[in-house]
Amino acid sequence: MYRYDEFDHTLVAERVATFRRQVARRLSGDLSEDQFKPLRLMNGLYLQLHAYMLRVNIPYGCLSSRQLRQLAFIARRYDRNFGHFTTRQNIQYNWIKLDETPDVLAALAAVEMNAMQSSGNCVRNITADQFAGRAQDEIEDPRPWCELIRQWSILHPEFSYLPRKFKIAVSGAPQDRAAVKLHDVGLYLRPNGAGVIGFEVIVGGGQGRLPYVGHTIREWLAKEDLLSYLEAILRIYNLGGRRDNPQKARIKVQVNALGAEEFRRLVDEEWEQIRFTPQLTVPRAEIERITAYFADPAWEQLTDASATVARQRSADPAFDVWNRANVVAHRRPGYAIVNLSLKAPGIAPGDLTADQMDKVAELTDRFSLGELRVSHRQNLVFPDVQQVDLQALWQALQGVSLATPNIGTLTDIIACPGLDFCALANARAIPVAQDIGRHFTDVAALQDIGELTINISGCMNACGHHHVGHIGILGVEKNGLEFYQLTLGGSSGEDASLGDRLGRSISAAEVPVAIEAIVTRYKALREGEERFLDTYRRVGLEPFKEAVYGQNPPRRQAVA
Amino acid sequence: MDPTGQMVLANRLADGQVVFLATDGSWVEDIARGALARDAVAAQRLLADAQLAESRNVVVEPYLIDIRDAAGRRQPVAFREAIRAAGPTVRTDLEG
Ligand code: SF4
Repeated sequence: MYRYDEFDHTLVAERVATFRRQVARRLSGDLSEDQFKPLRLMNGLYLQLHAYMLRVNIPYGCLSSRQLRQLAFIARRYDRNFGHFTTRQNIQYNWIKLDETPDVLAALAAVEMNAMQSSGNCVRNITADQFAGRAQDEIEDPRPWCELIRQWSILHPEFSYLPRKFKIAVSGAPQDRAAVKLHDVGLYLRPNGAGVIGFEVIVGGGQGRLPYVGHTIREWLAKEDLLSYLEAILRIYNLGGRRDNPQKARIKVQVNALGAEEFRRLVDEEWEQIRFTPQLTVPRAEIERITAYFADPAWEQLTDASATVARQRSADPAFDVWNRANVVAHRRPGYAIVNLSLKAPGIAPGDLTADQMDKVAELTDRFSLGELRVSHRQNLVFPDVQQVDLQALWQALQGVSLATPNIGTLTDIIACPGLDFCALANARAIPVAQDIGRHFTDVAALQDIGELTINISGCMNACGHHHVGHIGILGVEKNGLEFYQLTLGGSSGEDASLGDRLGRSISAAEVPVAIEAIVTRYKALREGEERFLDTYRRVGLEPFKEAVYGQNPPRRQAVA
Repeated sequence: MDPTGQMVLANRLADGQVVFLATDGSWVEDIARGALARDAVAAQRLLADAQLAESRNVVVEPYLIDIRDAAGRRQPVAFREAIRAAGPTVRTDLEG
């Protein structure tokens, strides 16, 4: 993992000290709310429906057991004993007090964490494949590049007041687990024709009110050109983005207004000017220094233990089911990647209590070389588990309700905080996820349905990625009541697509029934090994529309 | 049902807690102890007091909400304000 150097330590410590003074000035009345609000947002502090909310960066989803213990301490000491992992690989605390925030930031700094640029119109937390450095299909580890981008973008003087926020995701694998094409800038590490690895550069993806899948503006970019090319993109956006209208201020609107070709031309023109600027050319030694932080951990020399695991699986059906859903092949013989589901039935997706955090930290040390990951699907990952330890880990996870075997199935739901916490929400999202979780509890049935993602957002801002759920659910408000709009056929993968609207919105009580109808129809229609998404792409919206609204249309009545 | 009155709701500056303006000018967490304005004039007076408190950095973002009577208890009319007044409908296991 990356470790702060003296510059990082100084930067973060100074930032905490500055914010402590700013909070004191706000509390004494020297600063008005209008003056203070941008300052607190720069430190990740929002004012939500019930309290202040602090958003803490987990850079590209990497976390150590020591950091997780500190997150547990913060949850206990300064919050209500839990935290919420988000689709941006961050953690949010929902009950932070303004006067205690500087202490929370200091506690984070003590374990090399911060909340800088987790809000505001700047480059936000860089996100990545949660299996980075471990996946079998990986071409190259994206984490050193994420860290380089983080260092380049933090307090970047030119890009601290962009037209809107700016999100960058990086993946080094052909299978996209990081929703790369739905970011302002998405980067895939790819070989060119000569086998040299560089970046495919995608711009203008995003969700919210105006969703777009990004456009590739460069098939291959040499690694040494990464920062100058990013600088050129950000500069074109900074100059041309719609500052007059926050709804249209994201780069996706600019790219789609100009057309990807024209946007590329502007970027290339700018890039030619700055390409060889010394500050933007990262010395090879610096790349090597950063890359060294992400060197392979102290793996043991093991041989593949699949046969042992297979014996254990055949002796214990529940262990078998968990393996099938939650365990992923590792690139190193004798090791496995393990997903910890934060989607136990009836639990708010992405929530983890302080006690669970402590237990996970302990298990991280025992089973995963002290390191874990956070996924954008709001789950945790142990990247380095020995195959022979899988059964012991599974048993230990059961004790803290983190062994639900539902990764990638329809109860592995993404849900934003919605109207239970978020000041911008139109409707609740968490209770809808909980209802679906309670409705579909039969593990065998879930595995029979197979890969099916459900993503729920409480408003058009789409933090719950509803546009790219195989089934998307968007909360809307009508006459003071909550309704839900379903979309089908979205995908956040390498085959990214935006979902199609199914029909009129339905009440919360009708959502699980509608999902049941969709799933039943899918099972009747699927051919061979088709996933839900494949079947949908083959047959289209109509059969599902008929299943939900056809013979037995849902009652149009909300339960408040 | 018509609202039976209006109250002022805000976040307390120091901790963000949802609070209601009371008749004595204090800010209370319990909706039952807050001031209920029964007509427009009283509501505007309440809001003016709240804005003064805002300028004195006691609370943030005060505004009027409609209140109705629900079996003898005060209930915000809008769903959003009802959630603000009562707290989240989830994670009630972890009240602090
Ligand atoms: S999608 Fe809307 S309701 Fe959900 S967290 Fe984002 S802004 Fe809040």
